[in-house]
Amino acid sequence: MSTKTEFRTCPTTGLKVDLNAEKLIKANAVAAVIFLAIGGLFGLLVALTRWPEVHLLPADWFYLALTAHGFDVLLVWIIFFEMAVLYFASAVLLNSRIAGPRWAWTGFGLMLAGALITNIVVLQGGSSVMFTSYVPLKAEPGFYLGIILFAVGALIGCCVFFGTLVVARRERTYKGSIPLVTFGALTAAIIAVFTIASGAIILIPTLLWSIGLVSHIDPLLYKTIWWAMGHSSQQINVSAHVAIWYAIAAITFGARPLSEKVSRTAFLMYILFLQLASAHHLLAEPGLSSEWKIFNTSYAMYLAVLGSMVHGMTVPGSIEAAQRARGLTKGMFEWLRKAPWGNPAFAGMFMSLVFFGFIGGISGVVMGTEQINLIMHNTLYVPGHFHGTVVAGTTLAFMAITYYLVPLVFRREIMFMKLARLQPYLFGIGAAGISVFMMGAGTLGVSRRHWDMQFADAILPFDYPSAAFLMMGLNGMFAVLAAVGGIAFIVVVVGSVFFGRKLGVDEKPSYPEVPPQAAVVAEHGSAHSLKIPGTTMLVAIFFIAFVLYYFVNWKYLSEVWPLS
Amino acid sequence: MAITPPSERNWWKQPIAKVELTWIIIAFFWGLFMFFMMIYWHGAGEQNLSNEAYKIKPEKFAAKTQEMIEAYTVREETGFPVVHPPAGSDVYLTGRLFNWWPILELEKDQTYRLHLSSVDVQHGFSLQPININLQVHPGYDMVVTIKPDQAGEYGIVCNEFCGIGHHLMVGKLYVIE
Repeated sequence: MSTKTEFRTCPTTGLKVDLNAEKLIKANAVAAVIFLAIGGLFGLLVALTRWPEVHLLPADWFYLALTAHGFDVLLVWIIFFEMAVLYFASAVLLNSRIAGPRWAWTGFGLMLAGALITNIVVLQGGSSVMFTSYVPLKAEPGFYLGIILFAVGALIGCCVFFGTLVVARRERTYKGSIPLVTFGALTAAIIAVFTIASGAIILIPTLLWSIGLVSHIDPLLYKTIWWAMGHSSQQINVSAHVAIWYAIAAITFGARPLSEKVSRTAFLMYILFLQLASAHHLLAEPGLSSEWKIFNTSYAMYLAVLGSMVHGMTVPGSIEAAQRARGLTKGMFEWLRKAPWGNPAFAGMFMSLVFFGFIGGISGVVMGTEQINLIMHNTLYVPGHFHGTVVAGTTLAFMAITYYLVPLVFRREIMFMKLARLQPYLFGIGAAGISVFMMGAGTLGVSRRHWDMQFADAILPFDYPSAAFLMMGLNGMFAVLAAVGGIAFIVVVVGSVFFGRKLGVDEKPSYPEVPPQAAVVAEHGSAHSLKIPGTTMLVAIFFIAFVLYYFVNWKYLSEVWPLS
Repeated sequence: MAITPPSERNWWKQPIAKVELTWIIIAFFWGLFMFFMMIYWHGAGEQNLSNEAYKIKPEKFAAKTQEMIEAYTVREETGFPVVHPPAGSDVYLTGRLFNWWPILELEKDQTYRLHLSSVDVQHGFSLQPININLQVHPGYDMVVTIKPDQAGEYGIVCNEFCGIGHHLMVGKLYVIE
């Protein structure tokens, strides 16, 4: 591979694109989508097994598939895609060459090797310990080795990103401050470094323990540090997908942030406080003080949650302001009604925003309340919550931006546009359904990571309420819907990337239509005249839902046995 | 736009729109409220974890459980001893591959110090249908003071994956009048 720097100029945006960066973005995005397909398939098998009437896999295969599902989608798909986002937000958006393309390829190679090693080891069957691999459950050494290699590769990717920011600044490829989207990506990369360091601190000794060189690993210590990686890495996703929301709003509407200061401060909150989230997994554990739990689980008085709530207003607010400036001013919601709902990038982005806030966000805060956690810990409520954040939120946002990456970076026209228009709805509604019904089943007590909710072979009998079975049936149906949406995504993207019509060097693709800069409005100076009544109403509905749901769960808690 | 550098070089000096500022203030105070709600519940609520816990060797915990079983077993059920310890006493429940040992029989509205631990890997104590869920670690003795306020027959599901027989791991607990 050549590392000589060559550029092309994007006919749609006018950005200068380093061809090395472009190749890296393509490679990482393709790897991401492949692992999404593999991990998604495992997910479908899991959901079909948990559908009581179907109960597809035998127990050993179920636990194997669940381990592989967690690793492939929660780690591999997301981090590969994030590497693509980092290279895009640095080299492309800043008109810069990428720093150290050879290093970037090395990182990519390590990530790929690590992902393959862990997958192979899991498929061999001796490492069905779940993605979290809580000690003293022991996997084969290759399981940990693969994750460590993958993490080192990702760390190199982050360093290339930081290097590119330095190069761009030194070579003056942009004026003033970095764009908001790049700032969001920077947030993600900083959190990624913290995350990967935590992973190394705990997984390297665990690897040695698995080989037999270390005799004992404390299970509580393991959990505390593992989740400094496991939960904080979800905050990489949040930063990355919020950056993508802003990017899609900008590309689709020419929307500008209502206030750069507010949006950037909100990202900064993530860096300062989100790492504390390890505590979310330790609320029902022995030996940790309540003071520690309360401070950490609330991200220091909910300051990181504040960051997300701010983005929840500023992203739709910036879209509303841009739409109103274009003349869509009737009533509260003309701007939203007449939004391009047939554009899969916008449809996916907006659903991602709504589902992330209403489903993933609210449930996360409620479940992360020290005492309320008691009635949810390790039930299906937990995967219900994080399918709301990582699937309906992050994955849907990543899918949405892919519809722009294919024509703008891969330089191919989107094939099967009709299917593409439908895709975000299939996947989004499927994912939202999965989340809601798993949360419902969890509220009824159903355990997560469990092969048989009927306990057919257990010595002592126990029955969950029949409503729980209904929930799991609905969960299965919505999982099928999401899988159809996932397959549609793979068909459209893989089809377009390999067989779509190649765009000429200076040819503008017909999709996406990027509005000219002239249409851009709402200068920062107009802060006092800003009118976003529709967004205000949406935020008010969100807030009321949040408050009601929060107190309903305190009510549930107050009904269980007194304990202290 | 969000994908280009801010058009104003001094973007940090631009004023914030009133609607945005209002939301920030509301969200901030809501966060504070939720934070203090947890502290308030420690005083006013009845459902809290004491966080009383001790390090203990798995063999020692198993021995303490056995001691209780020998002293207070009242009958047997499908191979499990059913233990009726005195009200107010220390009660031991061991999680192990793949059962909860033994079956406990408690009295309604009495207080017990329930000790939870594992002798092998991590397990999840999930008391159903009341839905109380606690993590059980090997090497840690977690003490929870409970006061069952409804009589009945309860299941204890393991809700932390513990191995190939995880879905077989069901225990039982009686609360009698």
